[in-house]
This record gives sequence, structure tokens and C-alpha cells, in this order.
Amino acid sequence: MNGLARGSAAIVGAAESDIGAVAANMSPIDLMAQGIHRALADCGLALKDVDGLWCATTQARTSAMSLCEYLRLPNAYTDSTIVGGSSFEVHVAHAQAALAAGLCSVAVIAYGSTQRTVGRRAASAREHNPYETPFRPFLPATAYALAASRHMYDYGTTREQLAEVAVAAREWALLNPMAWEKKPLTVADVLNARPIAHPFTVRDICLITDGGGAIVMISADRARSLAKPPVYILGCGQAITHASISSMPNLTTTGARESGAAAYRMARMRESDIDVLELYDAFTINTVLFLEDLGFCPKGEGGRFVSGGRIGPKGSLPVNTNGGGLSYCHPGMYGLFLLIEAVRQLRGECAARQVAQAETALVHGNGGVLSAQATVILGTQSTL
Amino acid sequence: MANAATSPLGVYLEHLEKGELAYQFSPDANAAVFYPRIICPYTGKDNLEWRISEGLGTVHATTAVYPQKGDPYNVALIDMDEGFRLMSRVEEFPPLDVCIGMRVKLRVHPAEGDEPPYPVFIPAGDAP
Repeated sequence: MNGLARGSAAIVGAAESDIGAVAANMSPIDLMAQGIHRALADCGLALKDVDGLWCATTQARTSAMSLCEYLRLPNAYTDSTIVGGSSFEVHVAHAQAALAAGLCSVAVIAYGSTQRTVGRRAASAREHNPYETPFRPFLPATAYALAASRHMYDYGTTREQLAEVAVAAREWALLNPMAWEKKPLTVADVLNARPIAHPFTVRDICLITDGGGAIVMISADRARSLAKPPVYILGCGQAITHASISSMPNLTTTGARESGAAAYRMARMRESDIDVLELYDAFTINTVLFLEDLGFCPKGEGGRFVSGGRIGPKGSLPVNTNGGGLSYCHPGMYGLFLLIEAVRQLRGECAARQVAQAETALVHGNGGVLSAQATVILGTQSTL
Repeated sequence: MANAATSPLGVYLEHLEKGELAYQFSPDANAAVFYPRIICPYTGKDNLEWRISEGLGTVHATTAVYPQKGDPYNVALIDMDEGFRLMSRVEEFPPLDVCIGMRVKLRVHPAEGDEPPYPVFIPAGDAP
């Protein structure tokens, strides 16, 4: 029970800022503002209409303050909750609640990162953990590798099956003109790439790019008067099970099980009702874990499930249709891009990668080291 | 109320200086607690007890990290026999050959300069 009403708010505008490699000296707040400008243009609203700001970035300690200054919105309702990459899925639920409570009428959720330009360490300063730092874990990769090692041990998941996730993402990316990666990828390419943290090679791990963007949310009763078909918030859920990998309750079952169940309950839907999935694929093991925890296959079957191209463009279950964090774009916190792609799929704007008759989408964000899980279920007008 | 004279990390490090791996125990939850804290995460009470581990555990998960320079090194999660889990590494063993289920025993890595001591593990050999 989260107090939110199915379909009470909708995403009406969505846009990326510049992504990939952005101009020298661009700031994260520049990219947020650029994304907001484009997302407002997408729905026909103007900056003067905006009275709610949600934002998160690792590169500004008080990003909402910076954004209020930049856009000169002193009276905006603000929320810069940050729980890692899933912050933006959490923001959707918070914005839906704020819209329902009348705290604001036009909510913008924005992200910006210049991680590629300034370097990963500068973009996201490492925090000292006296119980982990002495062991020099290369984070976050080491944490996800530990989870992968346990999944392989418990369920017989293979190296090749993990590679299938990266191959499917690449096949989708080749259909997306905005994707960073432009060349085909094979299972052998993944296995033979540079090792980072066993069992992962560099091809099991998300890209390091710049990027940002924004979405615009308003109440459902106002949504239909705007430029594009509204995409309604049907369900939301979140679960934060730990912050450091040594405190994860169970390395092979994530909080997606709880966040997904809450979202399905609010949406009055189950996994078989979902047409397209956007799952936070910072590492290949993520997609396997989330397919299991969100009910698309039994626990432990994820590796076998993704084999044979099942989640690729020619497969039966469309997952990460923009190419994902593995092949499209990953500027440190990827969650906003999941929402943008789901909106585009439900509007039918995706050209070569468009999923036929997509009426429902499940977006699943992941933050930290499998720590903060947040699920959002979206639907077209026909699903209300 | 007077301020606390010690911190959870402070007590933990004092034990490591003596070659001991300390953890906490919740009498109400009948469960080990690690990392050390002020409040029991199971009950919300402040009655956690300090205990000393026997130093024997089992590898729960393992990886080898490949640094940009130098050789790969092990990072593992160890399940201690007393019922708590911690991050550490297995030494004196090839990092890629460390396997889940392997029995290991504690060896305290001594303080070096500003870096306090920390717990590492070696294969348990004949230990149970």
C-alpha cells in the first residue's frame, strides 16, 4: 500500500540532453537544463509552467538548489532524493504523490552527468567504508561480480549465458541511432574482452558516457490536452535492502521482488500483461536477476531464459530496446533513460526498434550495488 | 545523558589490534550483527553484546579484481561460523582458484602507517 492511485498522473514529455561525449566544459546542470528544454518542447509546455523540480546527479551536492538558480524557479517544489541509478524511478512515485497532493502541477524530473568528460572518479567520489575499503573492491563492478559468482554457484548460470545479455543489448543498440556502440558483438567477443572483475569482462559492464535528460509529469486530467499521447503511471514500488554488498541479505534475490510486487499490485497487473521491459543493465547479471525477481522466469532460470536471443530484437520478450546501459548510454546513473525509452515505445516513436502494439511497459531501476530497487509500470490510454 | 565513550568502529578496531575479530550479538533476536552498530537492526534496542569470533568461516562469494597495473587479487564475502558475513580476501592461494564453500581461517593484517588492522583469511587446511 503506497497511497498512490493507478493512472492518476502521466508522463507527457521526455527527452535526452546531449549524450555520449558532450562538449568540453558542459556542466551536469547544463545537461539537466537542456533536457528540460527539450522535454518541455516535446509536450508543448514552457519553463514558466514548471512548478516542481526533481533531480539527482553525483556531481552536485545540492543539485535542486543549483537547478532552481539556473532556471530561476525560486518557488518550485523540489526533491533531490538520491539512491543511485534508480533515483529517477523513485522520483516518479514522489512526483505522482506531489501532483496528487497539489504540491505542484507540472513536475519535471531531470538528470545530467559529464562522467566521460571528467572521469569516473571525479564524477563519483568513492566513499570510505572501513569494513570494505581495505580490500580494494573495484566498485561497483566487484559487488556485482560477487553476486554473479553466487548465482553461477547456486544455479549453474554460465559465463556464456551472461554474455547473451550483452549480445542482445548490442543487437537492440544497432537499431538505435542514438546508441554509443555501433558494431556487432558476439558471445565470444564478450568472453575474450579485457577482464575487470571475474567473471566479468569489460563487455559485461555498462558504458562510461556523458548524458542527461528530463521527463515532464502532470495529472491525468490535464494530460490529454498536450501534444503527444500521455503515458500513464499505473504502478510504482521500491525496496532498499542494503547499501554495501557485504550487507545484501541474499546475493541472488534482489529487492526487485518487493518493488515489482508493489508495482504489479498498484497496476492490478502481472508479468504476462507487460509488452516491453526496460531493466537497469549496469552489468549482465542485473538483467538475469531482474527477469527472475520480476516474475518473467523462475529464480535461477534467468541464464537459460536469456539464451538463444530471447530478449533481443528477434526474440519473444523485448528487453532494453534502446540498447541499454551496456550499449546505448550510461552516464553513471542510468534510470532516467529507462523511462525515456519506455515513453517512446508506448508512443510508437521507436522506428526500427519499435515493439509492435506496445501498450504497457515495465521500467525497473537499480541503484548502488543491487541496493535500491524501484519499479514503475507505464501504460497507454487503452490501459486505464 | 553523557556522550558515549566509544564508537562501534572504535571497539572493533581495538579488538583487531589485539588480533581478534569482534562482532555483535543481539540477545533479543538471538542473531549475530555485523558491521558493528549502536542500535540493533532487528529490535531497535541498544543492548547489543560484543563477542569474539573463533575465526573460522566459509567463502560465500568470490571474485578476482584485475587492476590496471599489477596482478589480479581476491575479494570475497566470508560467512563466519557465528552467523555473520563480512567482506575480506583469501590470501596464500591463487585469487582465481578461491571457490565458494572453501573453509578459511582468520589472520589479522597488521596496521600499516595510518591504515588500521583488518581481517583477512587463509585456507583453513585441516581445521574443521
